Amino acid sequence: MLRYTAKRILLMVPTLIGVAILVFILLRLAPGDIVELKLLAEGGRVSPEALATERARLGLDKSYWLQFVDWMAGLAVFDFGISMWTGRPVIDEISSRLGLSLQVAIMATILATAIAIPLGTLAALYKDTWVDHVVRVFAIAGLAVPSFWLGMLLIMGLLLTFNWIPPLTYTPIYKDPLGNLAQLIWPALAVGYRYSAVAARMTRSTVIEVLQEDYIRTARAKGVYERLVVARHAMRNALLPVITVIGLEFAFLIGGLVVTEQVFNLNGIGKLFVQTVTRGDYTMVQALVMLIAAFFIVINLLVDLLYAALDPRIRYR
Amino acid sequence: MIRMTSLSFTLAAAAMVAAPAAAQAPKKGGELKFAVSAEPPNYDCHGATSFAFIHPVRPHYSTLLKFDAPKYPKIKGDLAESWTVTEDGLTYTFKLRSNVKFHDGTPMTAADVKASYERIVNPPAGVVSIRKAAYSDITAIETPDPHTVIFKLKAPNASMLTNFASPWDCIYSAAKLKADPKFPEKNILGTGPFKFVEHAAGSHWVGARSADYYEAGKPYLDGFRAFFITNAAARVNALQAGEVLTEFRGLAPAERDKLTKALGDKVEVLESPWVCNLVVTFNTEKKPFDDARVRRALSLAIDRWKGAEALSKIALVRHVGGVLRPGYELAASDAELAKLPGWSKDVAKSREEAKKLLKEAGVSDLKFKFTNRNIPMPYTPVGVFLINEWRQIGVAVEHEQLETRLYTNALRSGNFEAGLDFNCDHVDDPSLQLIKFISADKSSINFGRYNDRKLDELYEKQARATDPKERYRLIREFEAHALQEAYTFPTIWWHRIIVQWKQIKGWDITPSHYLNQDLADVWLNQ
Amino acid sequence: MSAGHAIPAGVSAAPGRGRRLLRATWRFARTQPLGFAGLVVIFLMLFAGIFAHVVAPYDPLAVDYGAMLSAPSAAHLLGTDDFGRDIFSRVIYGARTALAIGFLASFAGSSLGAVIGVVSAYFGGRIDMAIQRVMDILLAFPIIVLALSVVTVLGKFIVLGLNLYLIVAIAIPIVPKVARVVRASALGVCVMPYIDSARAAGYSHRRIIFRHIVPNVAAPYLIMLTAFMAQAILLEASLSFLGLGVTEPTAAWGLMLSGSSEQFYREAPWMILFPGLAISLAVFAFNLFGDALRDWLDPKFKV
Repeated sequence: MLRYTAKRILLMVPTLIGVAILVFILLRLAPGDIVELKLLAEGGRVSPEALATERARLGLDKSYWLQFVDWMAGLAVFDFGISMWTGRPVIDEISSRLGLSLQVAIMATILATAIAIPLGTLAALYKDTWVDHVVRVFAIAGLAVPSFWLGMLLIMGLLLTFNWIPPLTYTPIYKDPLGNLAQLIWPALAVGYRYSAVAARMTRSTVIEVLQEDYIRTARAKGVYERLVVARHAMRNALLPVITVIGLEFAFLIGGLVVTEQVFNLNGIGKLFVQTVTRGDYTMVQALVMLIAAFFIVINLLVDLLYAALDPRIRYR
Repeated sequence: MIRMTSLSFTLAAAAMVAAPAAAQAPKKGGELKFAVSAEPPNYDCHGATSFAFIHPVRPHYSTLLKFDAPKYPKIKGDLAESWTVTEDGLTYTFKLRSNVKFHDGTPMTAADVKASYERIVNPPAGVVSIRKAAYSDITAIETPDPHTVIFKLKAPNASMLTNFASPWDCIYSAAKLKADPKFPEKNILGTGPFKFVEHAAGSHWVGARSADYYEAGKPYLDGFRAFFITNAAARVNALQAGEVLTEFRGLAPAERDKLTKALGDKVEVLESPWVCNLVVTFNTEKKPFDDARVRRALSLAIDRWKGAEALSKIALVRHVGGVLRPGYELAASDAELAKLPGWSKDVAKSREEAKKLLKEAGVSDLKFKFTNRNIPMPYTPVGVFLINEWRQIGVAVEHEQLETRLYTNALRSGNFEAGLDFNCDHVDDPSLQLIKFISADKSSINFGRYNDRKLDELYEKQARATDPKERYRLIREFEAHALQEAYTFPTIWWHRIIVQWKQIKGWDITPSHYLNQDLADVWLNQ
Repeated sequence: MSAGHAIPAGVSAAPGRGRRLLRATWRFARTQPLGFAGLVVIFLMLFAGIFAHVVAPYDPLAVDYGAMLSAPSAAHLLGTDDFGRDIFSRVIYGARTALAIGFLASFAGSSLGAVIGVVSAYFGGRIDMAIQRVMDILLAFPIIVLALSVVTVLGKFIVLGLNLYLIVAIAIPIVPKVARVVRASALGVCVMPYIDSARAAGYSHRRIIFRHIVPNVAAPYLIMLTAFMAQAILLEASLSFLGLGVTEPTAAWGLMLSGSSEQFYREAPWMILFPGLAISLAVFAFNLFGDALRDWLDPKFKV
C-alpha cells in the first residue's frame, strides 16, 4: 500500500511539469498579447515605444525559453509572479476568490450527497416501479439540463416572484452567515443538481448490484429483517463507488463553476479564469491552471488511494 | 443635457412634471451604490483609457478644469479659480484655488499641477501617457507663484482649453511623483471630493467623503460604492432589485423598457446622444479594398436612416451623422449629410450606384470576411445589420466575431479585410474625432493602413483654426473627401440611456460617459 | 456495428445483416423502452438537422425588424428574437450545429482515444508508459478549462460553416478519457494467452488488433461515443454562451441563450426557454440512449 502510494505521488511530479509546459505553450500560441489589449482596446493612442516599454516591463520581450525558466524558478520557491493585468501578486488575486468557489463546491457536494444517496437507494430498492422511473428521469434530467441555464431560470424566478436578487458581494460565512448563504445557495443548487444526478445514478446501480450479491441473499434467507439487511450489508459496499464518483465529480465542479459564476456574477476563480484567459494574462492563467490541475490530480489520487485501501483487488494491478 | 423620458409610459411622463424648475435643497448623507461593467487594471489616470477606470476612480481626483454638465459643453473651473488666454492663443494662465488639500492633508500648489502635466506631456521611463500627443504643442510650464500656472504653446490650438478639462488629467502630488513616478499606478492620493477606502478585486470599490474638499458643503454623499458586475443581465437585475441605484455608462433600449415597466415611477430615464460611433474600416492593403469605388459602394449600400430607426429599438445606436456627432455645433446638418455618399434618403438610387461601382471595379460578386468584436451591445446588432444591408447589393459577407484580444490584434496587425471599429471620445472635439481618419503614419488608431495627405493637411488647418466658421468649413471639406474615399466610414452614432432610481439627484447626463463623474454634486433624496 | 461479439446471443442467425439489425432494433425497443425513445428523438433531430432547409419555415439569418420580439404564434411557432429572426427555424438549424459539432467532436475524440488506448495496451512497455503520462497531463485539466484554452488560442477556422478549431477544442478533452477506458478493456484481451500464440504464430499486428482486440473494445467505444456526444453538445453550448464557441449570426443553442435573451427574459421569455429546452432534450435523448446501449451491450460496464 505504501509503495503504491509512493509511486503515485512520485508520478504527480512529471504530470505537473507536463501541465506547466502545455499551458505555457498554449498561451503563447495565441496571437495578440495583453499589452495591446490593455493600452489599445479602448481606443488608446499609444506610440509603439510605449508598447515596447510595457512589454519589457512584463518580461514579454524575453525569449520563450527565458520566460519559461523564470516562471519555473519562481514556482520552485512558490513565487507565482504578478498579474500582467493588474500588477498585483497572483497569490492575492487567487486567494481573495478561492474561498467563494470552494464554498460553492462544498455546498453543492453536500446538497448532492444529501439528495442523491437516499434517492438512489430508494430507486434501487423499488427497482422498476414508478419510484424507480421517477428517480431515473430526475437523474437524467439533471445530466441533461445545462447548469448555467438552470442558473438563469433560478435568477429569473427569484426576480419575477420576489423582485429580489442574491446579494452582490461576498462575505465569508463566519462574518455574515445569512448574507453568505443567501448569495451562494443558488449557484450551489444550479451546479448541485447535476452533481446529485450523477451520484444518484451511481448509487442506484451499485445498490442494485450489491443487492443481488450472494451474501445478501443469504442474509435474507436467514430471515434477517429487510431493512437491517440493506443498511448493514448493502450500503457499506455500495457506498464505495459512490464515494469515488462524488470525489471525482468534486474536482469537475471547479471546472463547472466557470460558466455558473458568469451567470451569477460571482467573484470566484471560475470567472477569474475566463477573464484572465481572454485577456491573455499569462501569469494568472498559468497559476490558475497549475492550481486546478494540482487540485484535480490530488483529488484523483486520494480517491484512488481510498479505493485501493478498501478494495485490495485494485492494489495489485 | 437633454432630459427625455420614453413618452409611451405615462407614469414616467407624470413623474417628469416634478422636474426641477424649483430646485430642492440638497440633502447630505447616504451612500451611492452603482454598477460598473468592468474593472480598471490600475489606478493611473494618465495611462487609463476605459470608462471602467473613470467611474470608480474619478471621484478621488480633481482636474484643472471640468465640464459644466448641465450646460455641456461649457467649461468651468475645478482646481482653477479663473483663467485667461492671450490673444495669440499661445499662453494659458490659470489661477488656482488656495484652499485645496490632498487627502493626506498636504496642500495642493502650482508645483503639483506642473508635475502632473509634465508627466502627461513628457512621461518618464516606464510611465504610459496615453494622451501625450494632444499636448505636443506645450513648450513650457511655469509656476511664478504657488497658485499660478502658465502653459506656453508653440502654436495656437483650438482644442487646448477642452484638453485642460479632460477627465484623464488628474492632478497628482508632486512630492509623491518625485519619489516614485509610478506612484499613482497602485496608490490613490488626490484632491477630489472622495477619499479612497477600499478596492476588493473583482467585487467592489468604496470611497468616502473627504472633509477637506475645497467646495464647502460638498460632497453631499457620505460615500459611494461601485460594484463590478460584468454580466449585463446581472447588472440590470441588480438595478431592478434596487441593489444598485444607477449605472453610468448606458443601457440598451430593451433594458430601459424592462426597468420602466417593472419599476414605473421609482426610476427616472435620462437620454442623450453619445460621442461614440462604430465605423467600418477597410484594410486598404488587401484587394479589392484598395479601390475607393468598392469601399464607397459598400457605404452607399447602407440605409442609415431606416437602419437607425430600426436599430434604435434594439441597440444603443440611434443618430445619423457624419464624422462628428450630430447635434454638435461643428457637425454637418441633415441637409449637408444627405449630399454625402451613403447618407442619401433615396436608398434605391444609392444601391443602384453601389452595384454600378462594384461592376466597374470588376467585383460584382464580392465576398469578404467582416471582423467584429464579440460584444453583444452594440457590436453584434450593428454587425448583423451591416451584413444584411450588404446582402441587398449582392455582396456575401462572413461575420467573424472575435473576442477583444484577438480582435485588437487582428486590426492592428492588418490581419483582416474589413472590420467594425469604434471611435469614442470623452468630448465633442474634431481634433479628437478626426484622428481616426488621418494618415496611418500620423495616427496610431488608423487601422486602414493608408496615407492621405489632403486629409492630414485639412486636419492640421482645422486644429489651428480659432475662428469657428473657418473651422466648420474646413471640417466639411475634410468630411467630404474622407467619405468620398471611404477608407473608413461612420455607421450610426450611439445613444446614451441612463435609468436611475428617483432618489439620485444632482447628476446630469452628457454625451460622454467619461464626464461628470466626480460625484461632487450628487445627492440622495431619501 | 461490427459483427460477432457486439451483438448479444439470442438474436437468431437470420439471413442478411439487415434483417439481423432490424430484429436487434426491435428487441432493443422492447427491452429498453426509454433508450428507444431516446433513439427516436435522436433520429428526429438528425432528420431536422439534415433537412433543416426543408423543415425550417424561415431562413435562420433573416432579419425582420417588423416582427421583433413577437410571441409564439401561427406565423412564428416559437416566437422571434430581438432581430425578428424566427426562433423555431433557429432551433432547427441549431440542431444541425449541435449535432454536427457534437458528433464530429465526439467521433474525433473517441476514435483517437480508442486508437491510442489500443496501441497503448497492445504494445505495452515503454510506449504504454509514455502514452499514459501524456494522457495523465491532459486528464489533469477540467474539460471546460482545456477546451476554453484551446479555443482561445486557436481562434477560428471555418469550414462549411463550422469552426474546426472549436471541434478540436471539444475533442481534445475526450481523447484521454476514452483512451483510459479502451486501454483497460483492451488490456483484458491482451493478457489472454491466445494473443501470445497469435503473435508467436507470426500474425501481423494489424491482423491481431483488428481480429481480436477491436471487437472487444467496440462496446465500450460505442457507449463512450454516445455519452460524449451529450457532453460535447453541452460543452459547445457552454462555450458559445461564454462567447468563445459558435458566434453570431450562426444559429446555435448555447449562443441563443447568451446576450440579449437574458435581457429580454420578461418581454420574451421564449428566447431563453426554447433553446435551453432543446439542449436539455438533446442531451437527455443521448443519455437515455447511451444508458440503454450500455445496459444492452455490456451491463457490467462502468464508466
